Amino acid sequence: MDLSYSDEEKAFREEVRTFLKEKLPKDLSDKVAGSDGDDLTKDDMERWHAILNEQGWLVPNWPKKFGGAEWNAVQRHIFEEEAAAANAPRIVPFGFSMLAPVLQKFGSQEQNDYWLPRMLNGDDWWCQGYSEPGAGSDLASLKTTAVKNEAGTHYVVNGQKTWTTLGQHANMIFCLVRTDKDVKQQEGISFLLIDMDTPGIEVRPIILLDGTHEVNEVWFTDVEVPVENLVGEENKGWTYAKYLLTHERTNIAGVGFSQAGLNTVKRLAKSEMAGGKPLIQNPHFAARVAQVEIDLKAMATTNLRIISKAAAGSAPGVEASMLKVKGTVIRQEINDLARRAVGSYAMPFASEAVEGSNAGLPDPLGAGPVAAKYFNNRKLSIFGGSNEIQRGIIAKVSMQG
Amino acid sequence: MNFDLTEERQMLQDTLRRFLRDRYDTATRNTILESDTGMSKEIWAELAELGVIGALFTEEQGGFGGKGFDIAVVFEELGRAGVVEPFLDTAVLGGGLVADLGDESQLALVEEVIGGTSQMAFAHGEPSSRYDLNRVQTTAKTEGDDIVLNGHKAVVVNAEAADHIVVSARESGDRDDEAGISLFLVPADTKGVTVQGYALLAGGRAAEVMLDDVRLPASARLGKAGEAYAAIEARIAAANVAQCAETLGAMETATHLTKDYLMTRKQFGRPIGTFQALAFRMSDLLIEMEQARSAVINAAGHLEGDRKTRESNISATKNLMGRAGRLVAEDSIQLHGGIAMTQEYELAHIAKRIVMADHRFGDTDHHLERFIALAAA
Repeated sequence: MDLSYSDEEKAFREEVRTFLKEKLPKDLSDKVAGSDGDDLTKDDMERWHAILNEQGWLVPNWPKKFGGAEWNAVQRHIFEEEAAAANAPRIVPFGFSMLAPVLQKFGSQEQNDYWLPRMLNGDDWWCQGYSEPGAGSDLASLKTTAVKNEAGTHYVVNGQKTWTTLGQHANMIFCLVRTDKDVKQQEGISFLLIDMDTPGIEVRPIILLDGTHEVNEVWFTDVEVPVENLVGEENKGWTYAKYLLTHERTNIAGVGFSQAGLNTVKRLAKSEMAGGKPLIQNPHFAARVAQVEIDLKAMATTNLRIISKAAAGSAPGVEASMLKVKGTVIRQEINDLARRAVGSYAMPFASEAVEGSNAGLPDPLGAGPVAAKYFNNRKLSIFGGSNEIQRGIIAKVSMQG
Repeated sequence: MNFDLTEERQMLQDTLRRFLRDRYDTATRNTILESDTGMSKEIWAELAELGVIGALFTEEQGGFGGKGFDIAVVFEELGRAGVVEPFLDTAVLGGGLVADLGDESQLALVEEVIGGTSQMAFAHGEPSSRYDLNRVQTTAKTEGDDIVLNGHKAVVVNAEAADHIVVSARESGDRDDEAGISLFLVPADTKGVTVQGYALLAGGRAAEVMLDDVRLPASARLGKAGEAYAAIEARIAAANVAQCAETLGAMETATHLTKDYLMTRKQFGRPIGTFQALAFRMSDLLIEMEQARSAVINAAGHLEGDRKTRESNISATKNLMGRAGRLVAEDSIQLHGGIAMTQEYELAHIAKRIVMADHRFGDTDHHLERFIALAAA
């Protein structure tokens, strides 16, 4: 056992730190520090993608032959940790770390040659078309259909997707669609790439309870998609989707976000007064902070144990589900502490959506919208396979074996 | 023992529940939430007509209730429907303090409040006071026949709509002394009063109220100089009964919505409520609901008791409601899944009301400490 990083890893961390110090624009890190990045504009995010791309770090998970950095799991972890500490915007994952691995493994040469460079240079903004109103955690029950036209040149797509994150910015969507209704649910699904400008597509915003617009409904009415946009084989989409879902689980524990959140809680609790003393000296509040800090410390180590196993070549299985559950519970607890820390000043509606109408909002602590964030992050335990689904997986895998 | 409501209170509850069910649906409320005023004057007038405000004052004060259980009955129904209109601030706090301490000419205002024609606010909290009622740094200086106020009051709910604001200020003593605090009845249009308003996350509006050499006649003082603390504490106790009852009503709505959803939403071919993991979570919510109802009864039933009994029950209740409320709000969202995260679905508003109640008049930790301190005293 050795709990310290190797010299190479330490040097890598220094390199990342220097890069962030020199290249991360202050206006972007200020936004992330204030709101966890929810008020970043499309332009902000694209600007950060371009800076990373120039450095060759936009797609660290890609193989070198596609222009990636081919970092191992430990390097990726170090980068994520430093990026969170420096309040760097998150890399929007849909194209880079969700679609790209599927294309690289199952897509045609032509598809890779065309779509991957466009992803890197910012020509395309991808969103994900998985969830449907009737198919949330039960993804295989999806109903959106794709029927080949008589000439065999196009699929005609009809149906509705929902919870499409940042779909309002996207020009491309990758979708799971039903191409065969007469077989077992999982066997009739295909994986399609769809241009959002095609006639028949309508994107409708869903406003979340904290006033933010980050998800959408996407409606398809007789949308024609060229057959070249089918990834892999027809009716094999479920296999690709499952492969994609394992990639969605990188950085699933969110250690860096929790660490940054904890720093915010401590900063707020130092300036907020309770009973004539800084709140951080209040025994009950201090105990709550300490408790979550202790949990986070252990989870960070669990995370490293799994990462170092992965770096040595073994794929994480049920551990990903464990990190998802624990990671989201800890992050939500930290969000709860932040809203408590600011007392009555948690009450103002501080969402970016009402910035215009709520001008002059009091923010004596530099608290930002901590209560809005608390509500917004209830999503963490719901999306990407709810925590109940994850617990089911853990139980099934560990108790049947 | 008898845990039934009196006939009058039962009637009040039935009337209110019927009215709100018919007139205050989700679409109506969402329209009110988006309006510039954050409230509906029509709804206000109709509820005043129904006697909602009168039920919050005693007969001597011109009402027909005013006891802990009257407050609880009214606010449980307001909470059940997610009402955002500022009954707590106008009636229980602002109007209540005038009713408790006012002289004959000041009491005329209570009549207007009960009639629904006057709006009020209570400006007490300050940027560094958090939930401590004794920490008042706003000053009141006597200059000849006048009083001059200076200070900054934080998150004053309903300040923009109020025509009169009850303002606490220190006439003597140190920053954290209970003695030396007075209350003043300040017409909102008085020179030197600046109201900087904003919307609240859970509906309604509040403001930062700046007092810059606000000059008032000595007759604006409510009660005796420097002796307002006991009245403030008692009114905050009443406000906590109202707030906890409101939260209870909101929790009932959240629980009902969740129960219905679990029975209708299907995944993997059956209603999700048939999955034991979810059914057990629902059972825990129902258990906490019973605890919450009992806690609210304790607070309401001891509001007229001696100070220590009253405050100890209030703190116990506020602590429990903070914990149970958070559980119900968070689990209701979780059990619904994504739909509960959307602004237009009823639960989103209800959950925000429940959680944000923790940020008025002391959160779970504040009241835990207060409960311990009261027991030791």
